[in-house]
Amino acid sequence: MKLRRTMLYVPGNSAAMVKDAHIYRPDTVMFDLEDSVSYREKDAARFLVYQTLRTLDYEGVETAVRINGLDTPYGRDDIEAMVRARPNIIRIPKTEKAQDVTDVETEIERVERKIGLPIGTIKLFAAIETPLGVLNAREIACSSNRLLGIALGAEDLVTSLRTSRSKDGIELHYARSQVLYAARIAGINAIDTVYSNVQDEEGFIAEVRLIKQLGFDGKSVIQPNQIKLVHRVYTPTEEEIHKALRVLAAIREAESKGSGVIALDGRMVDKPIVERARWTIELAKASGVVPEEVKL
Amino acid sequence: MRILHSGTAGTLESSDVMITVERNPEKGLIIELESISEARFGNRIREVITDTLKKLQVQDVKVRVQDRSALDCTIRARLTAAVFRAAGIEKYPWEELE
Amino acid sequence: MKLVKNAAGREIPELFPGIGKLEPFQGAYARTPLVRREKGSRTLPRLNKIVDTLEQAILKCGLQDGMTVSFHHHFREGDYVVNMVMDIIANLGIKNLTLASSSLTSCHTPLVEHIRKGVIKRIYTSGLRGVLADEISHGLMDTPVLIHSHGGRARAIETGQLSIDVAFLGVPSCDLYGNANGFSGKSACGSLGYAIVDARHAKKVVLITDNLVDYPNTPFSIDQDLVDYIVIVDAIGDPQGIATGATRMTRDPRELLIAELASQVIVTSGYFEDGFSVQTGSGGAALAVTRFLREKMLERNVKASFALGGITSQIVKMHEEGLIKRILDVQSFDLEAVRSIGENRYHTEIDASYYANPLNKGCVVNKLNVVVLSAMEIDTEFNVNVITGSDGIIRGASGGHSDTAIGSGLSVIVAPLVRGRTPTVIDKVTTVITPGETVDVLVTDHGVAVNPRRPEVLERLKAARLPVYTIEELKKKAEKVTGIPEPLPFGKKIVALVEYRDGTIIDMIREIQP
Repeated sequence: MKLRRTMLYVPGNSAAMVKDAHIYRPDTVMFDLEDSVSYREKDAARFLVYQTLRTLDYEGVETAVRINGLDTPYGRDDIEAMVRARPNIIRIPKTEKAQDVTDVETEIERVERKIGLPIGTIKLFAAIETPLGVLNAREIACSSNRLLGIALGAEDLVTSLRTSRSKDGIELHYARSQVLYAARIAGINAIDTVYSNVQDEEGFIAEVRLIKQLGFDGKSVIQPNQIKLVHRVYTPTEEEIHKALRVLAAIREAESKGSGVIALDGRMVDKPIVERARWTIELAKASGVVPEEVKL
Repeated sequence: MRILHSGTAGTLESSDVMITVERNPEKGLIIELESISEARFGNRIREVITDTLKKLQVQDVKVRVQDRSALDCTIRARLTAAVFRAAGIEKYPWEELE
Repeated sequence: MKLVKNAAGREIPELFPGIGKLEPFQGAYARTPLVRREKGSRTLPRLNKIVDTLEQAILKCGLQDGMTVSFHHHFREGDYVVNMVMDIIANLGIKNLTLASSSLTSCHTPLVEHIRKGVIKRIYTSGLRGVLADEISHGLMDTPVLIHSHGGRARAIETGQLSIDVAFLGVPSCDLYGNANGFSGKSACGSLGYAIVDARHAKKVVLITDNLVDYPNTPFSIDQDLVDYIVIVDAIGDPQGIATGATRMTRDPRELLIAELASQVIVTSGYFEDGFSVQTGSGGAALAVTRFLREKMLERNVKASFALGGITSQIVKMHEEGLIKRILDVQSFDLEAVRSIGENRYHTEIDASYYANPLNKGCVVNKLNVVVLSAMEIDTEFNVNVITGSDGIIRGASGGHSDTAIGSGLSVIVAPLVRGRTPTVIDKVTTVITPGETVDVLVTDHGVAVNPRRPEVLERLKAARLPVYTIEELKKKAEKVTGIPEPLPFGKKIVALVEYRDGTIIDMIREIQP
C-alpha cells in the first residue's frame, strides 16, 4: 500500500530545488513543467527535469512530473521527454473528461512502444481544476488502468466559481466531496489542493485536519516545511494503532485456524475494518511509530 | 547541428549555470568558463561541455559558461537548451537525444 | 636594634631579624602616584584617565617597534577600533608589530596595507575573512599567521606565551576611571568576554569608547584597576555590523531539516535529561536546533541547567520562560542577548579563560553536555575544518569549535552534505581545526553518521530509527552527486599555523596559487 500523504511541487526550472527535493521525504516529489514555468522557459525546464531524473538518485521517493496539457504546444514534447526520463507518474493538468486522460495515455503508450518500455510502466495522476472536471470526476477517475489518483486543484477553480479561498473552505465543499467520491468508486487516491499561504502554519494544519477527516489520502504541498505538518496530522494515535494491531492479530489467528470468519471481542470483523487497520498500520510505519517489522 | 545565432539558457541562481552558445568564426571549440567551483571541478565542467556538444554534433562554437556550482546534469540540460535555441530548432529529435 | 624616624615622626626598626629590611613610611602621597593630591576640593573628583587623542595614549604607553598589540572582536563586522588604532600607529612610524586580536573579520581589509608596509609583522587570531584572508592565503605575510581557538588564546595569554604590551579595547560604555561594560550605549555588543582576558594580562590597557558615563559605571566587566588610559572617539563600531542579524531564525527548509534531525539526535542520544547543558554555535542550522529543542523540552518537561557560549535571542527567550536556568555568555550574538545580559540576573558574563582555557583550574566547556557546531568540511576520520573554504582560501574562524567539541559529552556537527557542488564529507579535510577523536555525531540533510568511538550513541540513534549511515556511506552519497573534486593548487609557502587549544600545532595552511 503506497502512501501519498504529501506530493511536493518542485518548479521544474529551478536547478537548486530539482536536484534533491527528496531529502524532505515527501511521499511523492512532483516536478512541475506547467504553471510554475514561463512560456519562454518550457524547453529549458523540460531538459532540466529530463537530465536530472536520468542522472540523480531520489532514494526511493516516488517521482511525478506535471506536464503541460495536450492542448498547448508543449504537451507532446513533455510526454516524449518524460516517458524517456521515467518518473513513476505523469500528472495531467486541468482534466475535464475521460478523453483527456486517454489522449495522454495514447501518447505515453506510443513512446513506451518506441523505446521498448513495457506498456503501462508510466502511471498517471489527473488534476481536476475546473467546474466541468469536478462534475466529470467519476468518469475521469474510472478512465484508465494507469490512473493512481485524482487531485483537486482549487486555485483556478475558485475563480471560475466566482469566489475565493476561505479559511474554512466552504467554497470547496462540493468539489472536495465529488473528487473524493469519484476516487473511492474507482479505488484510487484522492489528493487535496495546495495551501498557498506558507506563513500560516495554523491555517494549514486546520485544513489538513479537515481533508483527512473528509477522507483524502493526502495533499499537494508547495513548501518543504509543510511536509512534516501533514505527516504529523496523518500519524495515527496510539489507541488507533493498538486497535489496528489487534485486528491484524485476529486475521492471523483466523488464517492459522483456517477459519473464514474473523472475530474480535466476539464481534465479526468485516472487510472495511480490515482495510482500515492495514491503512492505519501503514501510516504508523511511515510515521515511525510502529516498528517496520510488524507484519500485515 | 548548425548554430545560426547566439542562444542562452539557464540562470545565475545558486546551483544553476547560464550558458551562451554562438558561432565561432574560426574553427574549433572555445569554452569561456567562469565558476566558483573552478578549482575543484573546472576540468570536469569542460569535459561535460565538450562531451555534450559532441553528442549534439555541434562544432566550431564559442560557449560562455557562468557557473554557480551546477551539477553535471544541470550543465548538460542548460547547454542542450542553449544549443537548440541557438540553432533555432523547436522540433526536438528525442530519439537521438537518448 | 637600630631605629629610624619615619615621615610620620615615629620610630621604627630599620631591620628586624627573621623579617628583614623594613621600609619607613615616607608620607601619604609619596609612593601612590595615582592618588588625588588636592584635598579640600568639594567638586566631584576630577581625577581621570582620559587622554585627548589615541595618538597620545599610544605614546604614553610607550609603544615601540616589535611590540605586541591586542584587540577583541566583539564588534564583529562592525568594528572600527582595529583599523582606527592601526592607522594611527602606522602614522607614528612604529613598525614590526605583532597584532593579536581575538579574531578578525572582513571589515579589517585596511590591515593589508599595514602588513605590506611592515607595520604589522605577525598576526595571532582565531579567524580571518574577506580581502585580508584572501591576501594572506595568497602569501602576503612572511611569518605565518597563528590561528588559535578562543580557549587556546586565553591559555597563551595567561601562561605568558602570548605577552601583550598594549591592549586597545573598544568598550560600549565607560566612566572616566575605566569601569566599562558592553551592554549599554549605541555600540552595545553585550558580553566583553574576550576583552576581559586582555585587560587582565596586558602590560598597558587603553580603553576606547564612544559613550562616557557617570562614575561608577556598575555593573562593570572591565575593572578600573586594570586600565591605564581612556580615549573618547565618535564611534567605536557600526551597530548594523555588531548585531549582524545573522541569528534570525532561518526559514531555509534545508537548514530546518538539518536542525530538526539534530534535535532528534540530541533527544535520543542519552544526553537529553533534566538539568542538561547546551551550546549552539553560529550558522543557520546550528542556531535553529534551539527552536526544535525547545519544543522537545516543553513536551517532556526537561529544563536545561545552563546554556553556554555565543548567546542568541532564542536562548534568551528560553531563559525568560524558565526552560534554561542560567546563561553563561562569552559573546552575545544579537540585540536580544545584549538586552538580556544587562537585565537578567542569571545571564552571566564570562571571560574567555573561564569559558575554555584548557589549563586553568576548570573551564566551563568541561561541564557542557551537548554542543552543536557547524563545519565547512568533515572527513571520514571526523576531523573538522572551519577555516579554509572549498577553494583553499581562508574564510572562517577556529572560535570555540575545538574547545567545546572536546569539553562536551556529545559534540554534534551540522552541515549540508553538499554545498553548491562541493561535497562537505570528504576523505581528508583541507585543514584540521577540531580533531576527529573529539567529534561524536555528524548530522546532514541526507542522514546522520556516528563516530565509531561512540557505539552506545550509535545504538540509541538506531533504536530511535533515525537515518543513520557510516561516514563513508555519506561520503559516497556526496561524491555520487558532485563527482570527485580535484586537489587544490597549494604552493610551498606556509601562510598559517593552526594551534590546538593546548598550544601544540595541529595543522598548517599553505598559500593557494592563483
